Amino acid sequence: MISEKEVTRVAHLARLSLTEDEAKALALQLSSVLKNFDQVSKVDTQGVEPLVTPTEIEQFWRNDAAEVWESVESAMQNAPEAVGNLFKVPPVVG
Amino acid sequence: MNILTSSLKEIRDAVRNRSVSARAVTEAYFGQIEKWNGKLNAYITLNERAVDQAAEIDRRLAKNEDPGALAGVPIAIKDMLCTKGLRTTAGSRILENFIPPFSATVVERLERAGSINPGKTNQDEFAMGSSSETSAFGIGRNPWNLDYVPGGSSGGSAAAVAAGMASASIGTDTGGSIRQPASFCGVVGIKPTYGRVSRYGIVAFASSLDQAGPMTRTVEDAALVLEAISGHDKLDGTTASNPVPKWSEQIRHDLKGIKVGLPKEYFSDTLQDEIRDSVDRAIASVKSAGAEIVEISLPLTEMAVPIYYLIATSEASSNLARYDGVRYGHRADFSRHAAEDLAEFYSRTRGEGFGPEVKRRIILGTYALSSGYYDAYYKKACQVRRLLRDQFQQAFQQCQLIMSPVTASPAFKIGARISDPLQMYLNDIYTTSANLVGIPGMSVPAGFTNDGLPIGVQLLADHFQEQHLFNAGAVIEKDLALKELPNVLQ
Repeated sequence: MISEKEVTRVAHLARLSLTEDEAKALALQLSSVLKNFDQVSKVDTQGVEPLVTPTEIEQFWRNDAAEVWESVESAMQNAPEAVGNLFKVPPVVG
Repeated sequence: MNILTSSLKEIRDAVRNRSVSARAVTEAYFGQIEKWNGKLNAYITLNERAVDQAAEIDRRLAKNEDPGALAGVPIAIKDMLCTKGLRTTAGSRILENFIPPFSATVVERLERAGSINPGKTNQDEFAMGSSSETSAFGIGRNPWNLDYVPGGSSGGSAAAVAAGMASASIGTDTGGSIRQPASFCGVVGIKPTYGRVSRYGIVAFASSLDQAGPMTRTVEDAALVLEAISGHDKLDGTTASNPVPKWSEQIRHDLKGIKVGLPKEYFSDTLQDEIRDSVDRAIASVKSAGAEIVEISLPLTEMAVPIYYLIATSEASSNLARYDGVRYGHRADFSRHAAEDLAEFYSRTRGEGFGPEVKRRIILGTYALSSGYYDAYYKKACQVRRLLRDQFQQAFQQCQLIMSPVTASPAFKIGARISDPLQMYLNDIYTTSANLVGIPGMSVPAGFTNDGLPIGVQLLADHFQEQHLFNAGAVIEKDLALKELPNVLQ
């Protein structure tokens, strides 16, 4: 079970604003999802190392050399607001 | 030769021997797109430079230059892959106006091979969904029946190939997002081994599960496209340095000595008859080519969906933290109500930019990773993931291939499942394991439902053993290739 209050707390951790209706619906839906997913607790995993990536990852080395990449403009063109080569954000308190 | 229904290889050969120009091919496909995209919504954005790219291929051919292994073939790109100068949305409002300053490695390799990009295909938002209904740019539809979903998340990529709006396409598959829409739309789709294909420039959903792969009309076409996009990339440290075989030249229609495993857990009584029948047809097909059928067991099968969703949403909650409204993407309007603090700046921007399914998964993933729940959910899921991988390793001691349904039920009606997330998730039971374990999987058409919707069967092989998929896929295709075309091509 996950309560509406818990959903709101997690939403804050995720920096995600939710309306009251959204939080209510999510609490219901995720409670039923988690009820199903809780079956993982049945599996005996004592001493099992978590697997975080599915294949052996090789280590590759490359020279630590600078490469020229495009123009600064192309990197800035998607900024919601920019001043010259600086990203602009509205003033916030706190 | 009907350009809209020919295989990629036929088109490529016709362009190369100059019996048709790359420009004429591209224009034919754009004609079909103009005619049908309004209804199918397979593309979000069209590539206005496509005809120029095709003309360039024709110029190279006229000068006797090698135009590449995929010369003049229109290959559509899922909107998860960055395309330099061409809008890339990931199906999300938060990236509605994003113009990438670089292309994904897959896109660059396709261009180098001479293929033409007609445009960016529709998908579930951030590839989170199984029906193409969560796209911020309108739902996608199934070309076999417009009332049905094309599957997802690569629904636009599947529909485009099935409807003659692209010769092939690229999809991405995090838990079945290539194989399931391929099955629903009657095309071939392959999720390669994890590490086979570079993820550089692909919008990240769940980095330990994501792989891009081809969706095509034939098994051989899938091999040709995969050859072009595979291989180590210095820009993705998880790509493997294994050599890339010429799969297309080594396809064998003889399966003597090959054992095909049927996991007993995959064939419960609840499996729909039509799905069971499609697998039976494919079993008969591989048997007649000399394969031996063996029963195997994967006891952790019922855990695949829970651990998949716990891991995928955890990784997604982390990956999607980058959408903060500062450097690119949507930003909420703060001109009338200023944010009181930085947290509110981010929260309002993200609350506006993400759709319901993405929010659901960010909350679930953040919860699974949060203090007090991490051990019970994320860590536990990763431990079970290792046990699941061990079971697959044991299974591949007994067989070279595993055959199964792609989904427990065929394509469903638009709107039928969107309000019940758990039901939507549980339909991924057969596809998620391949991503968790990192093995390659293919969906290949194996007939129709009584209602005339295509059904695919799934083939799985061990890490880097894609050749087995192409061989068995070609056998099944020879016997069961769909003889009919969807109405949109008649």
